[in-house]
Amino acid sequence: MLNAVFSLIARDLRLGMRRQADIASVLFFFIIVVSLFPLGIGPEPDQLRRLAPGILWVAALLATMLSLPRLFADDHRDGTLEQLALSPQPLGLIVLGKVAAHWLVSGLPLTLLAPVLGLQFDLSSEALQALTLSLLIGTPALSGIGAIGAALTLGVRGGGVLLSLLILPLYIPVLIFGAGAVEATVTGVGAQAHLSLLGALTLAGVFFAPWPTAAALRIALE
Amino acid sequence: MSKGFNWYHFSSPQTFYPLAGKMIPWFWALAALFGIAGLIVGFLIAPTDAQQGEGYRIIFLHVPASWMSMFIYLVMAFWAALGLAFNFRLSAMMAQALAPTGALFAFLSLWTGALWGKPMWGAWWVWDARLTSELILLFLYVGFIALQASIDDPRRADKAGAILALVGVVNVPIIYFSVKWWNTLHQGSTVNIAKSSMAKVMLVGMLLCALACWMYAIAVALMRVRKIVLERERHTEWVKAELAQEK
Amino acid sequence: MYWNSLSDFLAMGTHGLYVWGSFIVMALVMILEPVLLVRGRKQLIDRLRRQLRAEKLDPAASREESH
Repeated sequence: MLNAVFSLIARDLRLGMRRQADIASVLFFFIIVVSLFPLGIGPEPDQLRRLAPGILWVAALLATMLSLPRLFADDHRDGTLEQLALSPQPLGLIVLGKVAAHWLVSGLPLTLLAPVLGLQFDLSSEALQALTLSLLIGTPALSGIGAIGAALTLGVRGGGVLLSLLILPLYIPVLIFGAGAVEATVTGVGAQAHLSLLGALTLAGVFFAPWPTAAALRIALE
Repeated sequence: MSKGFNWYHFSSPQTFYPLAGKMIPWFWALAALFGIAGLIVGFLIAPTDAQQGEGYRIIFLHVPASWMSMFIYLVMAFWAALGLAFNFRLSAMMAQALAPTGALFAFLSLWTGALWGKPMWGAWWVWDARLTSELILLFLYVGFIALQASIDDPRRADKAGAILALVGVVNVPIIYFSVKWWNTLHQGSTVNIAKSSMAKVMLVGMLLCALACWMYAIAVALMRVRKIVLERERHTEWVKAELAQEK
Repeated sequence: MYWNSLSDFLAMGTHGLYVWGSFIVMALVMILEPVLLVRGRKQLIDRLRRQLRAEKLDPAASREESH
C-alpha cells in the first residue's frame, strides 16, 4: 500500500520536474513579494529586522496559495484522479502522497530560499536558523490544509481566488506560530514553545486534512 | 400525518414549506416583543455604568450580535453535517439559509465593537483576541457563501459547503487560541474590558436583546429557506401548484 | 425611567454618536435584510411563474432549461 503512495509521489515529482517553469514562477513570486516590502516601508535595518518574520511568512503563505490550484487540476483534467479514486488504496492515503509531492516542489524550495531572502532584512544568523526551521516545520501544514481548499474548488469557476478566500483564514494559526518563532528568537525569548506548537499543528494538519480532502474530491468527481 | 413526531415527514421540503410559512409571523412577533422589551430595559431603565458612562449601552447591541454570529456558525455547521451524513435536502438548505444572516451578525458585531472601542479604548480597532477572532469568523462566513455561490450544481454546492463548514468548526477553537496566544505575547494591544459586576438589570436587558436577535435570526432564516426551497424544487408538481395559488 | 429629558437621552453622556451609530446601523441591517428577502421572494415567484407559462407553451424549451 505504501509502495503505491511512494510511486505516486515519484510520479508527481517527475511531472513537476517537467514543468519547472511553474515551480520557478512560485519561487520568483516569493522573491518579488518579499523584495517589495523594503521598497514600500523604507530601508531602515531596525524596522526591517522587526518586520522580517511576518513578511517572509506571509509571502510564503501567498506563494503556497499560488501553487495550490494545480494540485489536483491536472489529474482531474486527464482523468487520472478518477482512476486514483477507484484504485484499491484509500483515497486519503493518495491525497497524503499528493500533499507530500506538493510540499517537495513548493514548501521545501521556499524553505531553502527563505534564509537567503532573510539576509535582505539584516536578520541575525540565529534568526535565519529559526526562520528556516519554522518554515521547514510549518510548510507541510500549508500543503495539507491547502489540499482541502484545492479539492473543494476543483473545477469551480473563479477557483484560484475562491481558494485563497477559503484557505487563508485557516492558515492563520500556522502564520502566528511560524512568524512568532522567528520573532521570539529575535527578541531572545527562544523559539521552543512556538516551534512545538507549530509541529503539533503540522502533525494535526497532515494527519487530519486528507479526510476532508478525499471527501471533497469524491464530491467533485461525482 | 401519522401520530408522533416524524422527522422524515417534516424534513420533506413539501411539508416544511407551508409549515415554515405559518411559523414565520410568530417568530417575528417574538423578535419584536423581546426586542422592544430589551431596548426599554437597556436604554431607558438600566442605570449608567460607573466606569464607562453611557457608552456602555452599546453592549446591548454588541454582545447579542457577537453571540449570534458564533452561535449561527455552529448551527449552520450542524445542519450542514446532518445534510452531508443523511442526505437530507432540507438541512443543507437550512445551512445555506443561515450563512448570510450569520455573516451580517458578524459584521454588526465588528461595527458595534468599533463604535464601542473608540470611546472606551480610544481606537476604532485594536488587535484584541476577541475582535480578531470575530473578523476571522466573518472571513469564514464569506468563504462559505462564496464557495456555495460559485458551484452551479446545488447538490455539489451543499456537500462542498458542508465540508468547509465542518473544517471551519474544527478550526475555530484552534484559531481562537492561537490568536489569544499571539495577543498575550504582544502585550501592547491587550485590552481589559472592565469586568465590573454587571447589575442585574443590565444582564436582563442583554438577555432580552439576545433573545430578540435569536428569534429574528430564525425568522429570517426561515424566510430564506423558503425561497431556496421554491427555487430548487421548481420542477416539482407541488411548487407548481403553490405558484398557481399564491397571489 | 432613568433619563431626565429627551436631549439627555439623545446625548448619551458624551457618547451619543457612538451609541446611536451602532443602533441605527444595526436597526437598518435588521430591517433591510427581511425587506430584501420579501422582495427577492416576489421576484423569484414572478420568474418561476413566467418559466411555468413558457413551459406550457413550449415543453421542449423547458426540458433544456432544467438540464
